[in-house]
This record gives sequence, structure tokens and C-alpha cells, in this order.
Amino acid sequence: MDNPIILKISAITQENPHVKTFWFDYELPSKPGQFVMLWLPGVDQKPISIAYDTGECFGLSIFAVGPMTQQLFALKRGDKLGITGPYGNPFSVRENTRYIMVAGGYGAGPLGLLTERLAGKQSPVDFCVGARSRDLLLFEERIEKIPYATVHVSTNDGSKGHKGYVTEILEKLLSDKYPSPPFGDTDTTQKILVCTCGPEMMEKAVLNLCTKYNVDCQISVERYMKCGFNICGQCCVDPLGIPMCSVGPVIDRETANKITEFGLYHRDKAGRKVEY
Amino acid sequence: MLHTSFLSIPFHNPLVLASGILGVSAASMNHVVDNGAGGVTVKSLSKEPRTGHANPTMIASDTHMLNAVGLSNPGIDHGLGELRMFKQRSTAPLIGSIFASTPEEFADVAKKISTAPIDILELDISCPNVSTEFGEPFAYSPHAILTIIKKVKAVTDKPISIKLSPNAWNIAALARVAEQAGADAITAVNTVSGMQINVQARMPVLHNKYGGVSGPALFPIALKCVYDIYAAVNIPIIATGGVTTGEDALAMIMAGATLVGVGSAVYYRGTGVFQKIVVEMQQIMQDEGIASLDEIRGVAHAS
Repeated sequence: MDNPIILKISAITQENPHVKTFWFDYELPSKPGQFVMLWLPGVDQKPISIAYDTGECFGLSIFAVGPMTQQLFALKRGDKLGITGPYGNPFSVRENTRYIMVAGGYGAGPLGLLTERLAGKQSPVDFCVGARSRDLLLFEERIEKIPYATVHVSTNDGSKGHKGYVTEILEKLLSDKYPSPPFGDTDTTQKILVCTCGPEMMEKAVLNLCTKYNVDCQISVERYMKCGFNICGQCCVDPLGIPMCSVGPVIDRETANKITEFGLYHRDKAGRKVEY
Repeated sequence: MLHTSFLSIPFHNPLVLASGILGVSAASMNHVVDNGAGGVTVKSLSKEPRTGHANPTMIASDTHMLNAVGLSNPGIDHGLGELRMFKQRSTAPLIGSIFASTPEEFADVAKKISTAPIDILELDISCPNVSTEFGEPFAYSPHAILTIIKKVKAVTDKPISIKLSPNAWNIAALARVAEQAGADAITAVNTVSGMQINVQARMPVLHNKYGGVSGPALFPIALKCVYDIYAAVNIPIIATGGVTTGEDALAMIMAGATLVGVGSAVYYRGTGVFQKIVVEMQQIMQDEGIASLDEIRGVAHAS
């Protein structure tokens, strides 16, 4: 049944000056990297990644970037929203694996949930989080509380952490670990899995680094979608024709390297190509 | 066993992707052919690009889907590139679907799409979801059907199939008008009008308020339309509407269909639904001793 159910907002929390989390007391249940279609009745409906899911309640962390999200920010506890889902292929939760997360902007949401789900899996996490400036950083404190996670911060303007791109931290981690590539399966230490979510040009740089250093990687690919359940065809990528709502949003390195449009263009509501 | 000739165009099997499901890009249509479709229909193209209605545009239940996408498409100029790209990778027949707000505009778009390597031109005159913008669908008016077909015929050499609406009470008579106007085939049917109201939200779920019902709930309605049209005309029929299984597809052929459109079934059974229906059709035909589809086409009219 892909029909919205109406839920009341149980709480609203402020994550940073630009991001609010809307909480719902509802058992989805979801896997990290999945999304829901969020319906603001009478206004619009959009895919939103799930930033928190305790099993008993879930939270959507939202930037006010467009007309719908701006109207969402005016809502109060007890107001009603519609939810369908959860949808999509998630990130892998693996035991005894060394995770490197690379989060840009709101990409920290699903990767924050993924980090929490690694509890008890003997999988340490390097959590690289980047933003344009300090006030846009998301979930730095949330991840710092997790004992098996190490946070690495970067900002473009140098207002906190490394000055530059978050991918520069990734390259340093990969090159420190493996001074002369390629290694991959022959290495005797824990196998690395890089997981990334954020702006596409950042993700493309992550993909290229993972290909260069021959490490596994999972990438959350965002494409415009109408339905979320593999029917409208809006989120199919060239040249494979596979929909990112169901085969994605999380895809592996091999698939990402076959998607020729990745990092080059996406399609708008009409289906026209728009270059990055 | 399933090989089908439609207007002398060979189809590996009679299943075609119906317009509006997937079919936005060349790659998505190629993907559907890779999954066993005999042919594909592009999501309908118009003179100018359209973003369509705001969301929700699609909802679904076990019995039906309801959509009001609002005919979003990249426009005919961009669309031509996708049609050409599809044919570079596939030999499967391609049905080019178009819509327009006037008969003159239909002719303009038809002329443009005819420069692309399409095998059949489908005229969508029956979308039930854009009436506030376009007025009542042309599919309810014999005069509009006649005018549109004549104007399009004058500018294209491609065979034309006109897509009719199950909302028209006299669909068979309208099919006859289309045949007399020179249509080469009939596509039957588009979605039937419907809506859903969310009780907790106290409002319609679709942003457009109403939309088109498809999926299993549409099947018996579509089957009756195809049955009636087959009795009324001599031109071939692309039967579309709720076909989900091999049994559904064979029932459509027994009602008189030559090709069978498959759309919402992608929701119920995944993109692999084309291959699944093919296998089911072959199994039933084997059990029933049916050697070819020609043998059973329209056979339900004999009883």
C-alpha cells in the first residue's frame, strides 16, 4: 500500500541554525539510507531521507531550501503530515569492517543513522563531515558521543576543522592506511567500506578516490522522483535505465562507475537534462 | 508462439510498455525491452516542456493505482533525441505518443515526431487529469476525433493509433469515427477518472484532487471496451488497462486485441513483469493447445 498515512509531529528539534528535525512516534521500521515520501497536505510531497530511527520513533532532518520545506518550518508539534515508505536500497550494516563515512551537508542524516546501527558490530567508524562553514555542520555532536566513531570536520572557509574539502580528509585516511595502492582484498587488516551522502560533485570525488585506492564504496544518489515506487521513471539514470528510488538511492562503486550521467547531469521535473 | 504482426510491424511478443509508466528516457525504455517487452511507448510528448502537477501525483493500493502526473515531459524537441537514442540500442518497435491542446498543435507535434525513428504514432486525446487546463478531453467528442486524425494524417506517413477513454460511454462508436477518419489502429483504454480522500487530512490525496485509475481494478472495464471496439471496427487494437498476468493478456486477445499494453503491472510485479507475463502466456497456450495468437484473436465473440 503506497498511500500516505497521516502522522502527528511529536516533537521538533533544532539541529543547527538552518536545520530542524521533525519527530514522529511511529514504527517504520527503516534501514539507514532509506527515505520516506513526506506529504504536506495541500502543498507538495517530496522524498526525505531518514536521519533518526530508534525503532519506536523516527526523525527527518530538514533544511529549509524550497517552498515546501519553508512551509514545513512553520509547523508545530501536533500538526499533521503524510508519510509513505520507507523506500529504497539502504547502506550495508557490516560486522568487523572499518567504515569511513563522507558526509556533505544534509548527507550527515542517513550516515548518522548508519553509524548508530553499527553498535555492537565491531566496526569502527571514521566520520568525515564537511560543510561550507561552521554553522552549516550537521550531527558533529551526535557522532562524537558514539565511542566507536571518530569525527573529522572540514569547512570550506576554515571556520572549523580542516580548511578545504571533506574529500581531502578521505584521501589522507586512505593514503595513510595504504601508502601504495592497490591493496583491496590482500590486506590483512579490517576491510574498508566508504559510505557517502551529500552533494553529487563531492560524491563523484569520493567515487574516484575509492576507485583509485580500490576500496569498496556505497554512494547515495539523489535524483528527482515523483512516486518513489518504481513507476514514474523520472529517476532512471543513463545509460542503465534503472530507477534510483528502488535500485538506489544507495548503489555500489561498480554500479556508480557505470552511470555515465553521475557527476555530469540529472533530469528536472519535465525530464530535461540539467548539467551540474 | 507469441510473435505478432501489427500493421505489418513485427513484434517479438505482443506486450508493449504503456505510455506514462517509466518511459521518460531512452535508457528507461531500453531497460524495459531488456526485461522482455515486445515494444515500448514513450511517455507522451507535447510541443513545450511541462513539469506536471505538484505531488502527490501517484498512489497505489492492492487493487488499483491512482495518478495525476499532469503530462510532465521534456517537450518534443528534447524528446526526439531520446527516441533516436532508444533506437540506437534497440530494434524493438517504438510507439511515439503525443498530446496537444488543439488539433492544429497535434499536427505540429506529429510532424516533428515523424522525423524520429518511431514505428507507430499514438495520439493521446484521453488524459483525464488536465481538464482544468485543456478542457474536456477530445476523446469524448466525435468531431474532435475526426478533426485531429485528419489533420495529423495530412502531415505524417506513420501509422496512427488513437488512444480512447473508458469515461466515454460510447467508446465503440467513437472508435468507428476514428476508423472512418483514417486511424490505422485504436489504443484502448486510458485510465478511468477517480479520486481518493484522506479522512485524517480531510482532503483529496492527489494534488490535482482527481486522477486516473489503473491497475487490476481497471481490467474488467478495459476488457469490455476492447470487446465492444473489436465488434465495431476492422482496424487492430492495442489493449491497455490493468493487464497484470498472462491470463489477462490472453483474455484481451480473445476480446480482439492484437497488442497488449502493460503499465501499472510494473508496480505490482516489478520491471520483470513483461517476461513473467510472456512465460504465463506460453504456459496457458501450451496447456490449452493454442499454437498462435492469431488462432484465438476475437474468439470470445463466437460464443
